[in-house]
Amino acid sequence: MKRTQLPKSNRVLALAALTALLVSGCGPEYLVLNPAGPVAREELHLIELSTVLVLIVIIPVLALLAYIVWRYRDKPDNKAPYTPKWSESKALEVVWWGIPVVIVAVLGYYTGKSTFNLTEPPQKDVQPLTVQVTSLNWKWLFQYPGQNVATVNYVEIPVGVPIQFELTADAPMNSFWVPELGGQEYTMPGMAMRLWLEADKPGTYYGSGANFTGKGFAHMNFTVKAVSQDEFDQWVKQIKSNSPALTMTGYEQLKQPSVVGTMSYSSYPPGLFHDVVWADGGRYMPDMMNDMTGMQGQTADAAKPNGAATDTAKSPAGDTSSMPGMQMDGGQSAGH
Amino acid sequence: MPDALRQFADTYLMWQEGPMIWISDVLILLTSIGIVATLTYFKKWKWLWREWLTTVDHKKIGIMYLIAALLMMFRGGADGLLMRTQLAAPGMHFLDAEHYDQIFTTHGTIMILFMAMPFIFAMFNIVVPLQIGARDVAFPYLNAISFWLFFFGALLFNISFVFGGSPDAGWFSYPPLSELQFDPGPGENFYLLALQISGIGSIATGINFLATILKMRAPGMTLMRMPLFTWSVVAACIVIIFAFPALTVALALLMLDRIVGTHFFTILHGGNPMMYINLFWVWGHPEVYIVVLPAFGIFSEVVATFSRKRVFGYSSMVASLILISVISYFVWAHHFFTMGAGADVNTFFAVASMAVGIPTGVKVFNWLFTMYRGRIRLNLPMLWTIAFVPCFALGGATGIMLAAAPADYQYHNSYFLIAHFHQVLIGGVVFGMLAGMYYWWPKMFGFKLDERIGRWAFWFFNIGFYVCFMPQYALGFMGMQRRMYTYPADMGWGTLNFISTVGAYLMGIGFVLIVAQVLYSIKYGERDLTGDPWDGRTLEWSLPSPVPHYNFAVIPTVTDRDYWWKLKEEGRTDELKPKPEDIQPIHMPKNSGRPFIMGVLFFVAGLGFVFNWYVLAVLGLLGVVVTLLARSFEYDDEYYIQPEEVEHVEAALGRL
Repeated sequence: MKRTQLPKSNRVLALAALTALLVSGCGPEYLVLNPAGPVAREELHLIELSTVLVLIVIIPVLALLAYIVWRYRDKPDNKAPYTPKWSESKALEVVWWGIPVVIVAVLGYYTGKSTFNLTEPPQKDVQPLTVQVTSLNWKWLFQYPGQNVATVNYVEIPVGVPIQFELTADAPMNSFWVPELGGQEYTMPGMAMRLWLEADKPGTYYGSGANFTGKGFAHMNFTVKAVSQDEFDQWVKQIKSNSPALTMTGYEQLKQPSVVGTMSYSSYPPGLFHDVVWADGGRYMPDMMNDMTGMQGQTADAAKPNGAATDTAKSPAGDTSSMPGMQMDGGQSAGH
Repeated sequence: MPDALRQFADTYLMWQEGPMIWISDVLILLTSIGIVATLTYFKKWKWLWREWLTTVDHKKIGIMYLIAALLMMFRGGADGLLMRTQLAAPGMHFLDAEHYDQIFTTHGTIMILFMAMPFIFAMFNIVVPLQIGARDVAFPYLNAISFWLFFFGALLFNISFVFGGSPDAGWFSYPPLSELQFDPGPGENFYLLALQISGIGSIATGINFLATILKMRAPGMTLMRMPLFTWSVVAACIVIIFAFPALTVALALLMLDRIVGTHFFTILHGGNPMMYINLFWVWGHPEVYIVVLPAFGIFSEVVATFSRKRVFGYSSMVASLILISVISYFVWAHHFFTMGAGADVNTFFAVASMAVGIPTGVKVFNWLFTMYRGRIRLNLPMLWTIAFVPCFALGGATGIMLAAAPADYQYHNSYFLIAHFHQVLIGGVVFGMLAGMYYWWPKMFGFKLDERIGRWAFWFFNIGFYVCFMPQYALGFMGMQRRMYTYPADMGWGTLNFISTVGAYLMGIGFVLIVAQVLYSIKYGERDLTGDPWDGRTLEWSLPSPVPHYNFAVIPTVTDRDYWWKLKEEGRTDELKPKPEDIQPIHMPKNSGRPFIMGVLFFVAGLGFVFNWYVLAVLGLLGVVVTLLARSFEYDDEYYIQPEEVEHVEAALGRL
């Protein structure tokens, strides 16, 4: 009889694993299942909805398989009907073309709705905070354009305030991921992308670079610390008075491949984020550049399409300006 | 001189890397010596050349693909076990970051391109001509070229391990990480050239089998009478022909970036890495359907045979194959929902990706209802097929979950994704190919593989699979991202990773048992004297095992879908035995050593490009041109098997 137990034990194994997963999902180490903000919560709802929808198909399939293999096994004394030529049934086929179509339609609708929702700030009536994120080999640089402070490998945010993360890379492409606050978005050289996140309870959250970038990749973790607005303001004040400034030279050093701990800076070179994006390829996408500077409230940069080229000469992209044709390229692009 | 020697050893043999490389070098050297010595001792060189290296016989080419696929499964599996060993506990020092990066790169590349691809090509070659009543493929010479390009591509990729260094930018090798700026060694070149060379072979195979199936079917075998495996090959070939050129272009442009200094995908000078990512997945997503569609075909054959019943909903099965191959082109962006495309684009690709689940689900139900009211025998091919259903259903379900774009923002690059694609690729492709191997093994070699050892292998592999990959779904929810060579202890990931590693070793034992099973069965396996050991339904089972090199002494005229089954039912099987008066001279292609030589020359050219030794590269390419020209002026490339010889062979098989 051992043979006939095959599909059952497979099913039991699979179901047990799935149940174990769902039950143990309550533990705090299951970051995705313990959202600490509206974005992660919306994503979790979609995860739950999709799980339920696929179970509508999975459970009958597993049950049918177990039943059929047991009932129609090839035994001399098996009395079950045997119809070797029966091979068509319009009614049955309509059922299993139809049910998946309905499931996909339902899930597709909610997926679309959620996808569009997540491009908007989680709350519209609270003034958002902008944090500019640059992934480097192998560390994270965070700049606060509103506060003019910067940090490395940790980021502090006020609770209950939508955070507009602007993402880029000055290194191979990575991905910015804070599971408890919401899903990830790529950081890419020459691109400035946006990700809305928000924390609605104070805490320290795990963040990581999710996209492989070479040797030091596994050490690219950072923490997100969500605190009250008052504590946040105090923290900014403290950094302003106690930490060194990030200079251009300092940025150049930071950019060198290495794994480092956390750092704080009381200021950073003006327009650094903009210039990095521009130098790494943003110059070829004037629309994106305009869009970015308009959004981030960097008044200094927003008004100087021609100034960008000059800026670059002394900015991190300065190393590229020694290449022939670089300056001219920039001038043309900025002139658009 | 010793200094020069040391420099050479350090640069090319990576002698400074430590004992792992030394041991590998020595093992490879010993294996090579062993092979050469054995062939020489048994005076088998001539046999090797005449029977195998120069063959254009689809059955032999299929067997060579099969052997290569199993060898590569070993290599890729060993890579997998190394990775799992490193991840068994937090903060392990078994591998360092560089080695780990190389190993996951070679694991992925080998499993997809040098294991799954040759495995499906093995099945194409061994089965398709026999199922449609043909004597060979449409272009036998091209078929041999395809094999040797695959073989030397795989060889080029594999020697990077001991010569020059392995690639380490992941199996999809995204720029700018894979550009010279961040990845200067020759490893990445090995990847580009090896895939390019074997890719040419794959495109040729796609064209070859599509032409074969469309033009060379036996009289009476209309499209809607074709066995479903053959239909699945049609679907897969269409996808190969349209998808592979995108890979060719992506690889060629990246190679130009690295070798010539262009800026297609660099950060500077207007290069755009996102273009590569799109091109790669325009191939990469259809690629997974290329490997899984033939598996679907195999399941359809096995389910019908071992349930002793016509396959349920044949037209639906065909429609869903074709539908899957079409939809597979409209889903590629789901590999990068997080690359910042607009919500409209993401929604389109999300819904398209879910839609693939519809025809796939239909197939699952049709397989179930093929078994329903049948008589199910649980031999090894059927065992793997039944195990496939829950495994693939779960993998498909998590695939639908991944397709929901906003949810994917959380799954992407995490172990949830790793668990998902291993579940569909192992549960779908590996289970499918093993089912196919067990099913058609007697047809290839004339004996069955031992059931008892096979069952042990089955249980080890299956239980191992769930123990290995179910915890990885959970690890994904815990925020563990893929490709970390080590992880901190305070995340709580240790236990599940350890369980996963145990599962990987169980699968390893399963593989070892399969090898043991093959070796045991060569000597003790049950001989197949009837040619129809499973009570099959399609034409290949009307032939003796192993099949004579001309396949059909007389081409049959087909009047029904499961023609062989129908003849057996009506007691008319003698109609397919040749009658002396019907036997005509049989037109066959001649063997040629040139495809093999062409493979060697491609290899030489590839090696030249890898190390920027342009003289070698040019010589290799010139050699390729010479072999092509020589073929163009070759007129004496076919011969006739005379009726007497056919009668002689058939009589010896007791069929006259």
